[in-house]
Amino acid sequence: MRDVPTPLVLLRGGEKVFPPPGPSGRPVHALGPLDLELRRGEFFAVVGPSGCGKSTLLELIAGLSTASRGEVAFEGRPIRGEIPDGVGVVFQEDASFPWLTVRDNIAFGLKRLPLPADEKTRRIERALAMMGLASFAASYPAQLSGGMRQRVCIARTLVTEPKLILLDEPFGALDQQTRLLMGDEVLNLWRKTGATVFLITHALDEAAMLADRIGVMSARPGRLIDVVETGWPRDRDSRIVEEEAFGAITARLWRSLRAESMKSLGHAGAAA
Amino acid sequence: MSRFITGPFRNALTLLVGLLVLWQALYWVVGDVALRSPLQTAAFMGRFMTSPQFLPHLAETGRAFGLALVLAVAIGLSIGFSLGLNRFMSDVFEPVLVAVYSIPKITLYPILLLAFGLGISAKVAFGAIHGIIPIALFTMAAVRSVRKVYLKTGRVLRLPPTEAILRIVLPAAMPEIFAGLRIGFSLTLIGTLLGEMFASQRGLGFLLMNAIGLHNVDLIMGLTVLLAGFAGVASAVLLSLNKRLQART
Ligand SMILES: Nc1ncnc2c1ncn2[C@@H]1O[C@H](COP(=O)(O)OP(=O)(O)OP(=O)(O)O)[C@@H](O)[C@H]1O
Ligand SMILES: [Mg+2]
Repeated sequence: MRDVPTPLVLLRGGEKVFPPPGPSGRPVHALGPLDLELRRGEFFAVVGPSGCGKSTLLELIAGLSTASRGEVAFEGRPIRGEIPDGVGVVFQEDASFPWLTVRDNIAFGLKRLPLPADEKTRRIERALAMMGLASFAASYPAQLSGGMRQRVCIARTLVTEPKLILLDEPFGALDQQTRLLMGDEVLNLWRKTGATVFLITHALDEAAMLADRIGVMSARPGRLIDVVETGWPRDRDSRIVEEEAFGAITARLWRSLRAESMKSLGHAGAAA
Repeated sequence: MSRFITGPFRNALTLLVGLLVLWQALYWVVGDVALRSPLQTAAFMGRFMTSPQFLPHLAETGRAFGLALVLAVAIGLSIGFSLGLNRFMSDVFEPVLVAVYSIPKITLYPILLLAFGLGISAKVAFGAIHGIIPIALFTMAAVRSVRKVYLKTGRVLRLPPTEAILRIVLPAAMPEIFAGLRIGFSLTLIGTLLGEMFASQRGLGFLLMNAIGLHNVDLIMGLTVLLAGFAGVASAVLLSLNKRLQART
């Protein structure tokens, strides 16, 4: 009947309003209304001013919180607060478990999966190697830097081989060079696994380099004000920062965002 | 050789030697009427602890304390977890627990005696009462302060609630729960001994009360040193375990 495949994630009129923080406060309108479609296998990045509702959007898609208004569907089925199978999340905050070693943290991701032991070991070793953690397998998170702990969380998500990987500013704690290289790793992983990736970032160049499409969000309550198609080939890497188109994309993102970022800083008048 | 006498071990040794010196000095000042010297006490305890009457009393206290501790830990943890996992319940019951905790427990003792009689159960109940509330309060606070992102991680990995509690909440809260267990341990010991002192025919608490009545200075000092030593060693062991748990976070 239809030749358009169902999108992996479909958000229609999604909104989130948090209850008032105190007895005298007003409800916080954090997000939306917002329409969004994640296509199977694409790399979608989201940029937006700080506090605009990016993490809130991620939690709606993950099924970790319910929309106050509107609908969220995963593979065509509406989700209302329950987590769909096949979703992996790397949170903005450090979520590595301090009481487990790096290896056990990663193995934790596989607790619920009915896999043979040698397959589990294989996945863990591969994730350790991919995230550059092999020599820290027996360390505890407290002995690692913030960036390495975030990599532990990425590895813990990877071993479950999710269909949809949601990443909330995973490289925020890294220096620029490492960020570019980790970006290459994420691209690699996205190509190899065929997963759909949803990446929140505050770095415009990171979005421009990694994504097929980039959603630009307004100041809170966050709405999508622009969706930029990059048109990159699938087998790209960080060297595309040299391309002319890269500069043009970054410039377009900044044009859309500049006014919104000022708003979120309280410079409403300067936006014009 | 000197390699072994370092860190916390050396501190403990210094403290011990300091206490012994102080004790001896006090003995020289006060004299034989109210005190015995460390050496006299050690000699007396050597004889007393090998006498046939000692072991049954020790066993009685050990049994009462062990039971009281098991009860205090089990009940304290259950209350702490149920309240900590439920925001509303903990908001309602925390003030109640704090209020109950501030009642001098000794006022409850007559009621306990009526309920349990003069045997071991009254002591056990009295010991447990002392330990339950601090363990519950610490556990509740610990469970409530488990970082939300750990729980979200559990949800994304689709852990069922019981497994999330066992594998995430419990280990995440463990360092703080352990601090509560340490305090609960000491208070339960005090409670058990108090129970023995005021209404019992057996146990170290009973011996101590008896010795006070007979002004048996040797026995008073010996038992005090024995109990203080036990509490001190146990507390040191628990503290070092606690430090090891905390070092990871
Ligand atoms: N549980 C909550 N209760 C009330 N308000 C909330 C809650 N979570 C988020 N908010 C508010 O919603 C708005 C959006 O928050 P969110 O964390 O989604 O922003 P963000 O775009 O991810 O910000 P950042 O760039 O700093 O990560 C913020 O104003 C925040 O204070
Ligand atoms: Mg955020």
